[in-house]
Amino acid sequence: MTDRPEAAGRPLPRGSARRLAAGRGRYADDLRFPGLLHLAFVRSPHAHARIVKIDPAPALAAVPAAKVFTGADIAAVCTPWQGKMDHLPTLVSPPQHAVAVDRAVWQGEPVAAVAAASRALAEDAAAAVAVEWEPLPAAAVRDRTLDADAAPAHPELGGNLAYAAAIRAGDPEAALAGSAHVVEACFSFARHTGVPLEPRTVIADYDPGEGRLTVHGSHQAPWHQQDTLSRHLGIPEHLVRVVTPDIGGGFGIKLHIYGEEIAVSAVSRILGRPVKYTADRLESFISDIQARDQRVEARMGVDADGAIRGLSVDALSSFGAFASYGRAPVNEGMMTISMAGGPYANGHYEGRLRIAFQNKPPSGMYRAVGQPIACAVTEQLLDRAAHAAGIDPVEMRRRNYWAEDAFPLRTPGGIAMDRLSLRQCLDRLVAMMGYDALRAEQAALRRSGVYRGIGVATFLEMTAIGAERYGPAGARISTQDGATVRLEPSGRVRCVTSVIEIGQGTLSALAQIVADRLGVAPEDVGVVGGDTALAPYGGGAWASRGLTIGGEAAWRAAEGLRANILELAGSILQADPAGLDLAGGAVCDRATGETRITLAEIGRIGHFRQDTLPPGVQPELAVTRHYAPDDVPFALANGVQGSSLEVDAETGGVRLLGHWVVEDCGRIVNPLLVEEQIRGGVVQGIGGALFEECRYDEHGQLLNGSLADYLVPMAAELPDIHVGHVETPLRGTALGAKGAGEAGTVGAPAAVLLAVNDALRPLGAQVSSLPITPEAVLNAIAAAA
Amino acid sequence: MKAPRFSYVRPESLDSVLELLAEHEGEARILAGGQSLMPTLNMRLSEPRLLIDINRIDALKGISLEDGTVRIGALARHAEVLESPLAAEHLPLIADAMPHVAHVAVRNRGTFGGSIALADPAAELPACAVALNASFVLASTRGRRTVPARSFFHGLYETELAEDELLVEARIPAIAPGYRSAFMEFARRHGDFALAGVCCHARVEGCVLRDVSLACFGGEDRPRFAAAASAAAEGRAWSEEVKDAVKAALGGELEPEGTFHASAETRVHLAQVLAARAVDRMLAAG
Amino acid sequence: MEEAAEIALTVNGETVSARVEARRHLVDFLRLDLGLTGSRLGCEHGVCGACTVRVDGAIVRGCLMLAVQADGADVWTIEGLSDAGEIAGLQDAFVARNALQCGYCTPGMLLTAAEMLKAGRRMTRPEIREFLSGNFCRCTGYHAIVDAIEAVMAERFRD
Repeated sequence: MTDRPEAAGRPLPRGSARRLAAGRGRYADDLRFPGLLHLAFVRSPHAHARIVKIDPAPALAAVPAAKVFTGADIAAVCTPWQGKMDHLPTLVSPPQHAVAVDRAVWQGEPVAAVAAASRALAEDAAAAVAVEWEPLPAAAVRDRTLDADAAPAHPELGGNLAYAAAIRAGDPEAALAGSAHVVEACFSFARHTGVPLEPRTVIADYDPGEGRLTVHGSHQAPWHQQDTLSRHLGIPEHLVRVVTPDIGGGFGIKLHIYGEEIAVSAVSRILGRPVKYTADRLESFISDIQARDQRVEARMGVDADGAIRGLSVDALSSFGAFASYGRAPVNEGMMTISMAGGPYANGHYEGRLRIAFQNKPPSGMYRAVGQPIACAVTEQLLDRAAHAAGIDPVEMRRRNYWAEDAFPLRTPGGIAMDRLSLRQCLDRLVAMMGYDALRAEQAALRRSGVYRGIGVATFLEMTAIGAERYGPAGARISTQDGATVRLEPSGRVRCVTSVIEIGQGTLSALAQIVADRLGVAPEDVGVVGGDTALAPYGGGAWASRGLTIGGEAAWRAAEGLRANILELAGSILQADPAGLDLAGGAVCDRATGETRITLAEIGRIGHFRQDTLPPGVQPELAVTRHYAPDDVPFALANGVQGSSLEVDAETGGVRLLGHWVVEDCGRIVNPLLVEEQIRGGVVQGIGGALFEECRYDEHGQLLNGSLADYLVPMAAELPDIHVGHVETPLRGTALGAKGAGEAGTVGAPAAVLLAVNDALRPLGAQVSSLPITPEAVLNAIAAAA
Repeated sequence: MKAPRFSYVRPESLDSVLELLAEHEGEARILAGGQSLMPTLNMRLSEPRLLIDINRIDALKGISLEDGTVRIGALARHAEVLESPLAAEHLPLIADAMPHVAHVAVRNRGTFGGSIALADPAAELPACAVALNASFVLASTRGRRTVPARSFFHGLYETELAEDELLVEARIPAIAPGYRSAFMEFARRHGDFALAGVCCHARVEGCVLRDVSLACFGGEDRPRFAAAASAAAEGRAWSEEVKDAVKAALGGELEPEGTFHASAETRVHLAQVLAARAVDRMLAAG
Repeated sequence: MEEAAEIALTVNGETVSARVEARRHLVDFLRLDLGLTGSRLGCEHGVCGACTVRVDGAIVRGCLMLAVQADGADVWTIEGLSDAGEIAGLQDAFVARNALQCGYCTPGMLLTAAEMLKAGRRMTRPEIREFLSGNFCRCTGYHAIVDAIEAVMAERFRD
């Protein structure tokens, strides 16, 4: 072996970074197609209304070359879909058309599509389409959607309840009744959307000659899109190809099946021309999936010494107007009740969930799905219990973590846990943030009327979810990923993966993994993904799975190629492959490290001079392997976050002073990638804690549907975010990596909420609704006075 | 979204701007920095027939000092005002406020006159003009007139400007010896329109305030010269008692609208807190 | 007084002339007419900063300026600044620190950072953050971007 360090584990710059930094990213909107038509949509101005009549005449008068398609026109070539899960027969969701037919069920639902030669002309025409509406009452206030007199989001369903579930372990009532201290709170988590900077974009090109559909788009799950397009447009799957160019962020938003995106393919199919749709930002706010939006009533009981005795969580969640299609729409709510209390030893638990329809955009998977809610509820109750019992919050956590010898275990919420590193992460965090010094400073400043707060929150992150969770639902999404690794004639290596790059740097990390297995430098490995016609079938980019699953597949493919190379080298060298190794771009002697033959020579002979090989030797210089999690249902990452902040008790303003994260995502392939993933996740969590909220009025009208009014976190409001690591490799895989994409988002809202309430405690005030607005802080202070 | 169709003209002289305005009365919009107009066009919230681009009219540019009055041309960019030594010396209130106006790229293009003429009630500069008792020169083919800032703003995006009139320049009294000023606002994020803001300007004698001018913005439909609050502080040594009197006076005279960003009560409360802090800061600056 | 106009300008140092619709904003002109796709649309209402370009020496929102207004102007985009090498130091620092993920905001960030360097002095981290406050990044935590700019300032403006 050579002494060259392995590439995996090193903070190597990403291969694509220089290209992107030169403005040479190629996103879907940058691509050019001859004969392209642009699509614009006529959208419902009402949250709920019957479509009485659509008159395209004024649009055709304004733009004579325009073509107008109603919902019925699209439905003639595209069947509707339904957000069902096979193993949850009580879950209801009505059929959803790509473009609404007869009735629109949220403000912004597309009711007609207009094609024209440019986006501006398509908009000119769409603005002129005359639609006659009959407005209907809307279900638009989450906490009233299940009232007996609530307006129905879908009159045909006979009520707004979409799904209900309960989890129970031990005897929670008795446990709570017997507790020394019982704390309770009613939390509210606002409706969010993901706001990837690149809006959703799709270009469909149907070739009537071959009956072939090629779609380029900004999508996290092109395989899912391929399946959906094939089945609902009736095009055989081998004739549907979905290509993803550079993607400008996803966060779950681009994981879903959207009416507009399917309609683009339908219109292309009707017209036999390439058709494009790019959401503008205003459309994103009324058509991208929305998330969170829960009310949670929760109670926790602890002993006099702080040990948790029981926990009760009752969540009311929302689907918007439809359950999202083809995935696991109940998960926002189910994650809340299954992950609550997760890190802490407890035997008595009850979780109750109800999911209701509202006349709002469909809800779906947004980074961290439900887990930020479970985390914030658990951690806030634990802080209140610590205060009631007179125990320092950090000590409170240390006392309540599952014992080290308790793993593996299944929590009362049903979460299978392998080894976690809770105490290690907490100790590390306390040291990193200088917890004791911050507490001393806080106490000193309080004497001069300055209200500082400290929050410490433990988080779990469910990553790389396997088929056990999607298969029984009948979701046609693969939890497996694949990779083909190929030796090129020059001795360089190419890897084609089913993993989708949306900014995490996964493809660069795959290069590091493959390079190590084949003894080459990472820059000698070219990785491409994002083409369903060329790559092995897989899942895409979601649930923090790229490295855990796609990385393992690449590892295994590279191992397979390594064996083939050594076998071929053995034939060429007349040597035993077991005595050979790969290093420095060559086959070398395993014992001495001496170079025997370069990979370039292997490539040349293997690809061009098969005639020189012994009879019967077939070079196999490309290997495909797949990997799906097998012995665990998912990879559970864990960690702790800390927040330090100051509350201005006169203005209600919150100033963030510092944020710390210690996380354990198993083996780290590239710390540069992990750390900015964590930080970006933290910032999204902070957004939810302090700023972000889709504000609707009681009629279902969005009040803040622009980037000026939906407040995303910007650089000036954010603190430095310090990241530390503990590495507990994932069992059962060669690579040992767990996901890291959502950890920041899971724990940050809790850390900030706890810190705000820590600051407010001397004023007798507490908040329990996110985002924590200045007004909410002022109201809490006023209520306490 | 793409802007609707419109015509565009870029006149070379002030007279031709005024003639065009007169000719297309009600159907034309002036395009200065465009930082507020362009978003409304891109969202198809406004659909003018004609845009009159005034960016090449030299007569509307520049910042100068004449007889104790600072003249800020309507086309002076925010960045230009922010970097102007003349503004820093003679209009410290505006220098104080300017970093709160949006962000660098917007300040590079947005204009002083545009901000005044648009009359966004949450904008900083109209309130500064009110506090400093500025006046605005308006021109049309009918002639010129000068209007005090305190009677220029009529309501939400409504001003004294007639449809054929152009705001040519602002005239703002340079700060006099013994005077100080302070600007404070509270926004959710840096550069956002404020939930509440306060401009304070007064002659300071020890801890006594005279000729007090307090203006508030960010809740009502226009910037307000807070007459009662100014009077409550007038001629008195700044104390907790006076502070409370100023806050009470503001509570009496401010009538903000609640929005989803903040309720009316919150906006009044914030204005009260900011006013007290602004005076504190003004006194501390001495 | 027409709905379209002839314009002539320099873009990335090269002379360009075209007939453009009055309603076409500068970034659509750069992207659609000139194929300079490095300047991007993120909101098209002046908030996100993805469309930041340099016009006559100062950064502006490309979506808040009409192409017809750029008649006679000197416009620079990420492509031109990259080719000219002017922002190589910033690009190196961004790459070294992984101060970009999806890359969609990065051209706007770099143009804003380049404007920051014009001040000719080291800024504090809060000052850098404030200067960046008009540029939205949804992927990174901004931290690495601030690191990168701070490092370039430290290198360039040694005390």
